[in-house]
Amino acid sequence: MLTYRFMVDAYAAGTAVAVTSGVLGWFMVLRRQTFAGHTLAMVGFPGAAAAALAGVPIAAGYFGACTLGALALGGRRRDDSAATGTVQAVGLGLGVLFVGLYHGLLTDVTTLLFGTFLGITQGDVIAIAAVSAATLALLAVGGRQLLFASVDGEAAHAAGVRVRLLSYGFVLLLGLSVAATSQLTGALLVLALLVAPAATAQQVTARPLRSLALSVALALGVTWGGLALAYYSIYPVGFYVTSLAFAAYVVARVWRWANA
Amino acid sequence: MSLLELRDAEVQLGGRTIWSDVDLTVEPGTFTAVLGPNGAGKSTLLKVALGLVPLASGMVRAPAKRDVGYLPQHHHGEATAPFRGVDLVRLGLDGARWGVPLPRRNDPRRERVAETIALVGAERYADRPFGELSGGEQQRLLIAQALVRRPRLLLLDEPLESLDLPNQHAVAALVRRICHEQGIAVLLVAHDVNPISDYLDQVVYFAGGTAVSGAPSEVITEATLSRLYGTPIEVLRTRDGRLVVVGQPDTGAHAHSH
Repeated sequence: MLTYRFMVDAYAAGTAVAVTSGVLGWFMVLRRQTFAGHTLAMVGFPGAAAAALAGVPIAAGYFGACTLGALALGGRRRDDSAATGTVQAVGLGLGVLFVGLYHGLLTDVTTLLFGTFLGITQGDVIAIAAVSAATLALLAVGGRQLLFASVDGEAAHAAGVRVRLLSYGFVLLLGLSVAATSQLTGALLVLALLVAPAATAQQVTARPLRSLALSVALALGVTWGGLALAYYSIYPVGFYVTSLAFAAYVVARVWRWANA
Repeated sequence: MSLLELRDAEVQLGGRTIWSDVDLTVEPGTFTAVLGPNGAGKSTLLKVALGLVPLASGMVRAPAKRDVGYLPQHHHGEATAPFRGVDLVRLGLDGARWGVPLPRRNDPRRERVAETIALVGAERYADRPFGELSGGEQQRLLIAQALVRRPRLLLLDEPLESLDLPNQHAVAALVRRICHEQGIAVLLVAHDVNPISDYLDQVVYFAGGTAVSGAPSEVITEATLSRLYGTPIEVLRTRDGRLVVVGQPDTGAHAHSH
């Protein structure tokens, strides 16, 4: 399988995407910003469709749209789901418009929404790896403050943490990471890598570092497993990634219930 | 010398005067309750002490930020972080630092966290998930979070709010013990003075756009409270000497001075 260049690229991109999704998703679940994450994924779709329409790389469309979406959402309060939903709705509407204008092959829409591992180029891999490295470096510096701000914003603010700046920065990182992940999983299935591993890990252990590490390990596991299963079968990678992630979540819930 | 001092202080928020003519002196190692109806500006006093809200006029002298511990008002059901109590206490110690907290052997910070948890008597359940603890247990751990940097001034915003009566007494007794044993001055915002009046060294009542402070026996009188609230208030003394306030308007009271 790994004798093929495209599979090596898919695994390299998948690994980078899984690590950042595991970490950022963990913070996202902790901060109860799953809806914001979903919305960022949704606004990636019109970006990618617009890129196809304009004849520029799809990746540029994902990154551009998700960054704009993050800037729009970043200043909002965490529980402002109505504004978040409004951004999401207009994003989807624009996506439909761009797809209509494009008159291209309809399989492209399926790819934008549900992803593929076949189209990953070496350029994509470099861009995705750069985003992942930058995200992890920033979190290594500010992760502890982000944790404090996520758990108890007021106490963190009083202790000198710049809560609003971190909140903005986090949504921006989330947007970049969603854009990177979308290229592999499509706009609709980004959430599988962001939410499921983090939610599973937070079910299993109440120790912050352990659950963060577990979240990353699960994201890697489902991505690697999903790519392998997709390679040896005729079904799309998105199906396998979501199914594996869901299976892990179910196992964790049952385990927790049995140990309660 | 006093730890916190306000002279002729006035606070405005959004162009509206919250309170004015407020004088307050807090000595080290004393327990002060901040009382009054909703919206009277009790939490604002804590934010002034933290340096988060500036005075519109008057004078405030407060300890440096690193010497102030703060427990914000926690809305019921919000504190459901998927972490252990010990992790939350730890955030109070180094949550505002940069970098990644990697686990180390013989970490002096871990000892400090353990000491603080012992101080509030939470050793038994500090390793359990925070969300599974009772309200009283959670409140003790949150107080430990505010205490862990060994502040000289501890600000607690409605820590008794969601607790049943026995736990209100227990937490108030704990706060007084910490106060006197560690020499820490405590400002505790509360709704109801009755469950805690035994434990206090000082009270400060906010109402009608100003505040009155002093020893409980001086301030908790029918004349002072009735004047402050602008409505008749009864103060009863029980056989064991406790003061009980009756007829205190609970919400949105505004004194009319004319």
